[in-house]
Amino acid sequence: MEWNELLLIVFKALLVLSVVMSLAAYAVLAERKVAAWVQGRVGPNRTQIPLLGGIPIIGTFLTRLGVFQPAADGLKFLFKEEPTPGHVNKFYYLLAPMIAFIPAMTTMTVLPFGQYVNEAGEVQPLVLANLDIGILFILAVSSLGVYGIVLGGWASNSKFPFLGGIRASAQMISYELSLGLSLLPVFLWFGGSLNLFNIVQGQTDLLFGFLPQWTILFQPLSALIFLVALFAETNRLPFDMPESETDLVAGYNTEYGAFKFGLYFVGEYTHIIIGSGVFVALFLGGWNLPWVTLPAGLFGTVLSVLIFVIKMLALVFVFMWVRWTLPRFRYDQVMTLGWRWLLPLAVANLVFYAIIIAVIEQF
Amino acid sequence: MATKVLERKPLSLAEQTYLPQILGGMKITLRNMFKPPVTLEYPDERPDIPEGYRGVPTLVKDPNGREKCVSCQLCEFVCPPRAIRITPGEIDAESDTAHVEKAPKEFEINMLRCIYCGFCQEVCPEEAIFLQDIFSLSGYSREELVYQKDKLYELGGTLPDQHYKWDRKREAELAGNPHH
Ligand code: SF4
Ligand code: SF4
Repeated sequence: MEWNELLLIVFKALLVLSVVMSLAAYAVLAERKVAAWVQGRVGPNRTQIPLLGGIPIIGTFLTRLGVFQPAADGLKFLFKEEPTPGHVNKFYYLLAPMIAFIPAMTTMTVLPFGQYVNEAGEVQPLVLANLDIGILFILAVSSLGVYGIVLGGWASNSKFPFLGGIRASAQMISYELSLGLSLLPVFLWFGGSLNLFNIVQGQTDLLFGFLPQWTILFQPLSALIFLVALFAETNRLPFDMPESETDLVAGYNTEYGAFKFGLYFVGEYTHIIIGSGVFVALFLGGWNLPWVTLPAGLFGTVLSVLIFVIKMLALVFVFMWVRWTLPRFRYDQVMTLGWRWLLPLAVANLVFYAIIIAVIEQF
Repeated sequence: MATKVLERKPLSLAEQTYLPQILGGMKITLRNMFKPPVTLEYPDERPDIPEGYRGVPTLVKDPNGREKCVSCQLCEFVCPPRAIRITPGEIDAESDTAHVEKAPKEFEINMLRCIYCGFCQEVCPEEAIFLQDIFSLSGYSREELVYQKDKLYELGGTLPDQHYKWDRKREAELAGNPHH
């Protein structure tokens, strides 16, 4: 490989990384703002950067919107004292936040977020690594994230984190199954391709000339099961068993502070963002808009990325919206829902679509 | 006693999936998102204090700037937690309010003891002490929160007076009717 080619790849990776990181930081802000709005409050509205915040109207507006808050939060995480409790298992205690953080960051490499047309006139994905087993890679790596939580809970050597860790593992096992099973009909639908880009491209066309061929319209049940399982996988309310601050203090991260807590925090939000991205790619047509063909050239590329990001952020908003609407399930309810409802439903869904697709292929 | 057995309908299939309920809840929260906030940004915005609120007890002057308290010590006596301590004093014979005879030399209210009951305001024969609308106190030491006379007057300010009792007394005296 040429040197400049390698440099280009590194540059691209850094670019995507920094975009996703700042998205995660602003997701935290969005979460706080959405919470405030739902509850009739104002939310973060004080933090100011001296020069920028001083601009008459725009500065005040941005300050009221809390735009500078993530910077303050990030600095706080960096500069706070980092106490390590005496009773923890140091090695695993330090390892755990990294294990939670790295998989969340790794999954973004195979997520296509836009398209471009190369010289040969073929449509190509904008992606860091266009793997043929893209979605399997995402499923495999993102479920590694739970080890960070379990390990954190265990290494903290105290009761509440321990309970949080155990709950996380139980929940993860229960919902991982439904998550995978709900995706199988989608792969069947698109001719067995596991490549996310092919799946998105498969959703470009219109059916009968007017119906956008988005997977969610044809397989709403798969989408629903996947979404519910995704909520559980990302430990979001109503499934935030591992954290459940009302009964477990703060769950698995009770003993963590400062930067280590920040890693968990950012990892969690990255997980949500990437999860939304996967959902958009699989079910919401990726960067396709119905009835619109993307123009070729740079403009089309930028547009495709924008559409994808907007869809993704809308889904992230839905995550937050649900969080501030629903109360937390009880632990046994989570298990009942996972094993007695979602799993049979996912299996039935798979069988149903397998038959349908077989029938369609016959004719 | 007659008992009424509540009929509990079994949940319909739609209700068992929770989904309609979740959507209903999300509709409510969405509507809430567009309502104006119900909170006050406290130190910048202050709530309206209703009439008759019992805030910090303060001493007031009448519109002529005369200090109204005559240090009768009734409030000191009535105060349940004994938050008030008065050292009575005499008014200078040269002063034009000399006929009032007494005024407090020192007047302190320990805000850490005060229970904001309002008895002092009620008992005061001179309408000199009022619990007004100040509701937040802070200080770095206990001593600081024992408010002295000047601080109490500063907080109290001037309130309108309906009687001008002592002015009328002097008028009556000058008119030759000392027992008015
Ligand atoms: S405040 Fe009123 S009750 Fe208290 S000493 Fe003065 S005049 Fe008497
Ligand atoms: S309000 Fe009650 S407790 Fe406070 S100074 Fe007056 S009488 Fe005493």
